[in-house]
Amino acid sequence: MHLRQASQVRLLFASLTDDAIAAFTGGAELGSGAITLTAPEIAENGNTVPIGVDVPGATQITLFADGNPVPNVATFNFGPISASRSASTRIRLAATQNVVAVAKMEDGSFQMAKAKVKVTIGGCGG
Amino acid sequence: MESGQRKDDDGNIIPRSIINRFTADFKGQNVIDVTLEPAISTNPFFAFEAVVPESGEFTFTWYDDDGDVYDTSKKITVS
Repeated sequence: MHLRQASQVRLLFASLTDDAIAAFTGGAELGSGAITLTAPEIAENGNTVPIGVDVPGATQITLFADGNPVPNVATFNFGPISASRSASTRIRLAATQNVVAVAKMEDGSFQMAKAKVKVTIGGCGG
Repeated sequence: MESGQRKDDDGNIIPRSIINRFTADFKGQNVIDVTLEPAISTNPFFAFEAVVPESGEFTFTWYDDDGDVYDTSKKITVS
């Protein structure tokens, strides 16, 4: 792909992610500090990248991948007998990109954390 | 599982059929409710923690795009 096209595509994906985050937060301001986002620095296989999030005091955590065709990855809603506001899963990443976690806190505020993951083999087939 | 990208022999798109929601409950109380998008890996893996106040049964439920609901349960004893 031509370099300029590639950067345009990346811009498009980035704004998709911003839109998706805004849809989740309703445009509220994003704090940081309370989130621990665990992601590998380098993922050899983009089909299965282990991701963990831990946000004490969160009611809801959403994961986004800003370089995927569809940025939304998963939303965790914690119920009344959840012991810790943490979860881990495995996700697909199409290419090297940022994984973004946005958490809704008990007081209604939002927190965000980002982690860059280098992907050796993308997770979108091919 | 069906990706929603394939076509049948007549050229019609085969509707998507993947798991879009997973919930874990203990005696009717919710532990976690996860919305899954296609970016979740094949053979999904989730780790989370629950408070178990007494012996009882966990219920795990998976919801498919095609309307199917799968569930399984597991007893736990607090000694």
